[in-house]
Amino acid sequence: MIGHIAAALIAGLFAASSALAQAPTGKVTVVTSFAKDVTDPFKRAFEKAYPGATLEVQNRNTNAAVKFIEETKANNQIDLMWASAPDAFEVLKGKGLLQKFQPKATGIPAKVGSYPINDPSGAYFGFAASGYGIMWNERYARANRLPDPAEWQDLAKPVYFDHVAIASPARSGTTHLTIETILQGEGWEKGWRTIKELAGNFRQVTDRSFDVPEQVNSGQVGVGIVIDFFAFSAQAAGFPVKFVYPSVTTVVPANIGIVANAPNKAGAEAFVEFLLSPTGQEVLLEPSIRRLPINPAVYVKAPADYPNPFKDARFQKMITFSADTSESRTAVVDTLFDQLISFQLAALKDVTKILHDVDAALARKDNAQARALAKEARDLIAAMPLTAQQASSKDVTGAFTGAKEKGARQAELEQQWAAFAKERYAQAKTKAADALKLVR
Amino acid sequence: MTVALAARSAPAATRGQLALAAGIGLFLFLFLALPTAMVVFVAFTEKGTGQFTLVNFVDFARTDLFVRSFWNSVYVSAMSVVWASALALPLAVLTTRFTFRGAVLIQTLGFVPLVMPPFVGAVAMQLLFGRNGTVNLLLDDAFGFKIPFMEGLNGVIFVQSLHYFPFILVNLSASLRNIDRAMEEAAQNLGSSGFRLIRRIVVPLAMPGFVAGASLVFVKVFDDLATPLLLNVKDMLAPQAYLRVSSIGIADPMGYVISVVLIVVSVAAMWISTLALKGKDYATIQRGGGGLGRRTLKGWENLAGHAVVIAILLLVLSPHIALFLLSIATIWSFSPLPDAYTLAHYNRVFAESSLYIKNTLVYASLAGLIDVIVGTAIAYLVLRTRLVGRQWLDWAAMAALAVPGVVLGIGYLRTFYGVTLPDGTPLAALWIVIVLALAVRRLPYALRACMAALQQISLALEEAAENLGATKARTVRRIVVPLMTGGLLAGFVTSFSTAAVELSATLMLVQSNSDAPLAYGLYVFMQSSNGRGPGAALGIIAVLLVTICTLASHYIVERRHIGAGGR
Repeated sequence: MIGHIAAALIAGLFAASSALAQAPTGKVTVVTSFAKDVTDPFKRAFEKAYPGATLEVQNRNTNAAVKFIEETKANNQIDLMWASAPDAFEVLKGKGLLQKFQPKATGIPAKVGSYPINDPSGAYFGFAASGYGIMWNERYARANRLPDPAEWQDLAKPVYFDHVAIASPARSGTTHLTIETILQGEGWEKGWRTIKELAGNFRQVTDRSFDVPEQVNSGQVGVGIVIDFFAFSAQAAGFPVKFVYPSVTTVVPANIGIVANAPNKAGAEAFVEFLLSPTGQEVLLEPSIRRLPINPAVYVKAPADYPNPFKDARFQKMITFSADTSESRTAVVDTLFDQLISFQLAALKDVTKILHDVDAALARKDNAQARALAKEARDLIAAMPLTAQQASSKDVTGAFTGAKEKGARQAELEQQWAAFAKERYAQAKTKAADALKLVR
Repeated sequence: MTVALAARSAPAATRGQLALAAGIGLFLFLFLALPTAMVVFVAFTEKGTGQFTLVNFVDFARTDLFVRSFWNSVYVSAMSVVWASALALPLAVLTTRFTFRGAVLIQTLGFVPLVMPPFVGAVAMQLLFGRNGTVNLLLDDAFGFKIPFMEGLNGVIFVQSLHYFPFILVNLSASLRNIDRAMEEAAQNLGSSGFRLIRRIVVPLAMPGFVAGASLVFVKVFDDLATPLLLNVKDMLAPQAYLRVSSIGIADPMGYVISVVLIVVSVAAMWISTLALKGKDYATIQRGGGGLGRRTLKGWENLAGHAVVIAILLLVLSPHIALFLLSIATIWSFSPLPDAYTLAHYNRVFAESSLYIKNTLVYASLAGLIDVIVGTAIAYLVLRTRLVGRQWLDWAAMAALAVPGVVLGIGYLRTFYGVTLPDGTPLAALWIVIVLALAVRRLPYALRACMAALQQISLALEEAAENLGATKARTVRRIVVPLMTGGLLAGFVTSFSTAAVELSATLMLVQSNSDAPLAYGLYVFMQSSNGRGPGAALGIIAVLLVTICTLASHYIVERRHIGAGGR
């Protein structure tokens, strides 16, 4: 370990001295999940700032990028990993596939919102901030008479039934953070209740983060739970969409890290420095990118209505987020979401629809018995197969990471949880249907 | 290539056949079985300890979700075969049994649905048939109701039938063209006509082509994950495997267990389809009669025929029409048609697309060529030799259909990245590896076509050649291959055009922009709102590219056909 750090330090010194001695040249290879619209402006700006260096961009989705770096580590040809989801970097860091580095850039605070910008051990660095929020299609909303949403809870209202889309947290690191934010902000039980109430209105649970803004852009879905820049860049492209940050959310950084044994280490370091420099940060303001710089000074050059997480009151209210809690139960939360919501969406929507009808009838004419039945049904839906403590316990997490000691297997837990939810949703449906009979 | 040479130079027939079988076996082992096994072995290990176990398969059978997914997949695949046949039959029959204006064009256009560029194709489908797509918005406006084209299992069946019916069309048409007119005339001379003629002569003789196409549709739909995911249907087997294999850092063996199940089911389906043709002889001796006698349609028959063809073509090509609109649209959102039109997207992709086009052409045609050569070799070994275990070559090659692209991609990295060239570049970084991955993934298409073609050639023709002193190799070259041309072309075109839009394995293997094919360029655009138009433009370029190549090869075959008939 000490040897490792020493080696890193020495390498860092060498890199620093060589960077001073000569400008980095040659091919800098970056593997990224970012679209061409994001990478092209950076490529142009970087190559202008460092003549003689070229940025070679390899596009892969985040998961493929992680797998690629992992599979090719024996003969690594990649200098940098550049993506949004912090969990992808955590996986790479855990496998020792990231090189530690100390950027010299100044003027960057330690935190954005309540989230630390850089990895504490120096394996990866935030270069842009992003917040989660609600995006909607104006034409769709007009045609379906949807009011403008403002808070997560709004999306649970009957009027939004079958109009909302979200990406599955198991395959979108950023959605995972949103779910985790709600769970930490409201507590495990209450948080899941909120999430399931929203989920009852879902039109779909997509498999890629970008599918949500794509569906909203096309008008196939009215409202999407998305990361801010998807909405901003869609607006810049001319789509009739709007976006709002709810009060319970979090801003998280998008990251870059140097891959261990990078073939062009000097070039890799130069790109990181460039990204964090004011010139690099300003590129983020381009209409096709529209991400939030992490250097507060850069906002001077931003357009008037540009959100500023370092000044804006909305971002100051954002809750504290414990990365440790999140980390300890990542796979459990994702699997619970898939087993209780993604794969049982039809059943969940079924009972939600009936409950919406009951509420509407109760508003016209109250009925205590029906009200009680509806509450029982809601409690059944909200019930969780395990507590917050169990979710972080070794017994459960071991099934997902592959612990040496014999415990329940992941497939067994999944089946248990799915059966638990299926049974509860069916019971809830009976109760809701009974309630509806009483008020009709 | 070396394989074919070995077969040619070997003096003893059986030794040549053995060498050929060994070569094909080695090819399949190195580029399919080994890379797949490197990834899929996880299915047989215990998580954490890595010991061998079968408990994961028990878990599969015990999980409601997987069992439900399995039966859903079977149902959707079977129904897709039915609907795809319904679309393919009229087109195949009308263009081969009748003198039909523009038959070549119809055959080509009927083939285009197979070429659906990734991502952007999905967007185009939604904009047309989705809940708020053109059709439903217009319906809602005029009549106040919507049709759920793209919802649930029936939606999957709808889209899959449109997408994969060309498999049946291409193979069935090739078969119909190969039926000799003499057979039909003989039957007519003996007093048969109408439905009896069709039932007793045409249907049985066209069977190999139909079964080849139908089994491809079944297996392909069973293993396809893009369409169910597009329609948001998750309780099918292939999406379940994908959702698991593609989660970050998850060491879940179930994704690989499902992959194994997919492979087993695909091989079983192929085995059943060979059983269906077993013990029957589909070969006819006469050749060069130019296929079935072509009737000329008269008056209202002609009109009705064209109406049917145009209706079917409009339906199956509608996604491409939507794609074209998308490529010239400024903004298209919650409206029947785009807001305005522009050529800016084509301008934007123009500079880069020439490189993408060149790469795509090189990769896809090399892959198609490899597939036809390997496919012919396997078909020959299976149908013309008595080698023990020859069927396994067929099944092994077909198993490629069931290996998810991402699994094959990771497997290639695992197998070939450690192998370096003298200058230190990893073998897996060379573009030829992309070609091999494409060839292996598309081999099943070409193989089925080659099989069907060879099944229709009578052994007597080869025996005659050998009696006249030709060696086995010379017989293959001078008799078998020329008579198979139609089938070989069908195989090449199918492999070529689907390879041209493949993405899942490519995405894992492309390592520099200069080696990237069109599909990759398309992916890069389709990650942002701004890139939708340019992505669609690239998609149209890919479709045009494939259409032109297909049209060209159809004309070549037609001309050969006429030439051969006139001799």
